[in-house]
Amino acid sequence: MSDVMIEAQGLTKHYGSVTALENATFEVKRGEVVGFLGPNGAGKTTTMKILTCFIAPSSGSARVSGADIFDDPIAVRQAIGYLPENTPLYTEMLVLEYLEYVARMRGLRGAQTNSRIRTVVEEAALGDVIGKSIGELSKGFRQRVGLAQALIHEPPVLILDEPMSGLDPNQAVEIRELIREIGRERTIILSTHNLAEVQVTCGRVLIISQGRIVADDTPEELAARAGKPRFIATLQKNGHSPAQVRDAFSSIESVQSIDGHVGPTAKEIVIELIPKGNQDLRAAIFRAAVAADLVLLGLEQRGENLEDIFRQLTTGNGEGVS
Amino acid sequence: MRHVVTIGARQFRSYFNGPVAYIVICIVMLTLGFFFWKTFFLFGRASAREMFRWLGLILVFALPALTMGLLAEEKRTGTIELLITMPVTEAQVIVGKFLGVFGLYAVLLAMTIFYPISVSTLGDLDWGPVLSGYVGLLLQGSAILAIGLMASSWTNNQLIALFVALTLSVFFWVLDKFLPLLPTNAASVLEWLSFDYHFQSMARGVIDLRDVLFFVSVTVFALALAFRALESRRWS
Repeated sequence: MSDVMIEAQGLTKHYGSVTALENATFEVKRGEVVGFLGPNGAGKTTTMKILTCFIAPSSGSARVSGADIFDDPIAVRQAIGYLPENTPLYTEMLVLEYLEYVARMRGLRGAQTNSRIRTVVEEAALGDVIGKSIGELSKGFRQRVGLAQALIHEPPVLILDEPMSGLDPNQAVEIRELIREIGRERTIILSTHNLAEVQVTCGRVLIISQGRIVADDTPEELAARAGKPRFIATLQKNGHSPAQVRDAFSSIESVQSIDGHVGPTAKEIVIELIPKGNQDLRAAIFRAAVAADLVLLGLEQRGENLEDIFRQLTTGNGEGVS
Repeated sequence: MRHVVTIGARQFRSYFNGPVAYIVICIVMLTLGFFFWKTFFLFGRASAREMFRWLGLILVFALPALTMGLLAEEKRTGTIELLITMPVTEAQVIVGKFLGVFGLYAVLLAMTIFYPISVSTLGDLDWGPVLSGYVGLLLQGSAILAIGLMASSWTNNQLIALFVALTLSVFFWVLDKFLPLLPTNAASVLEWLSFDYHFQSMARGVIDLRDVLFFVSVTVFALALAFRALESRRWS
């Protein structure tokens, strides 16, 4: 088998006159954890539904684990563990009953069924709720049941649509850990609109906006590419106005812009400086503060984070990166 | 086949985890009891004819309540997505769903066996027509259930599915009820399309292959349309 687990070629999907996905081409290699990132309605879910053969693309094609989505949808589905958006489960069933049902649908038999159920129950930490009905479970536990059913047949590929949405922070951390654990030996695509999630879980990010893939890179690379550092200086107010303080820094060379405002406690003034290039302005800021007899309380350098890039790519027309 | 059975078994079991099946069974048994015993002693005959006459009619109204959620509810809650993305074909899903509800229907029919048995204690019951009557009920029921599944495949709203299925099943039942008002040609066509016409001959004890084929064709046709509707999702 080749090392490319998912191969999408020019996927396009129209719903009537609406284009949900336009010419999406990408590859995912064995063992990669790829995050689909984009605002709601960008085409993440559409892409996932195409890959799981729930819907067919209007044009283009894809292969999952070597099987073509048109020629052999059954083999594609067998290779995938899928968790759809909002974790739709049969709420009237007991957790154990449900896992047994999925195991049977996935073609597991006899002793194999029991050992696989035991494994996924352990992996997803479902031991305490195994005899409860799914409808009684908290959102976090339901998500675990969703992941357990996706894992039961040991699929080489996992497709998870918004696995962390709607969870409280503690639950989200647990699910994230679980996904990271699972991701060690599997190929995973997950979608989210939470940037922090991709930064910690995914090795690669595809940013999708208005049906197009506008960026495809590692989170670090993306941040570095668009990132100019910013310098944030906090100064004692001492009766100065923000404008006065700003003027004190305007003499620094190679500053592109300066912005100043009164800080949150009203005893401070916060100044934000963006350099023209990639210069480190910290020494110059310190000297300028001393020269103007200002008391420097804090000074930090911030790289532009994924959030800014995301906003830049998904608002407007998606120019810039990629 | 394994998938069909798994889907059907899950559907069958899920009926007993919710209220719908119990409500339908109760209503069917109560109305049947009421109509059957109301007239039974008037006729003074040890016959189950009346039971089949009433049951045939009651089920026309009751069965759409069993089928309304089959696909509509899965589409509303989104579970259809997990079902279809299992390694199954749409045809297996449709047949599995049908078998699941048909199994529940068979249980419901089995519970009415109490009527012919109690009649047989009161007099000399001829079991031949009872047997053919049950065959007729199974056949007419499968046609109504298939129509209900088809209606459920068209919408994600259970109530709309119920309404469409009820309209269709009542329509096919009522077709032969006003024949004298119509010209002969039209009347014979309508009569032939009527569920009750085919069912009543079986309730009298006659199993005619044409009646069997009629119900089987309706069932297959409705299931095929449900399959088309489920599959069209991919291309919409």
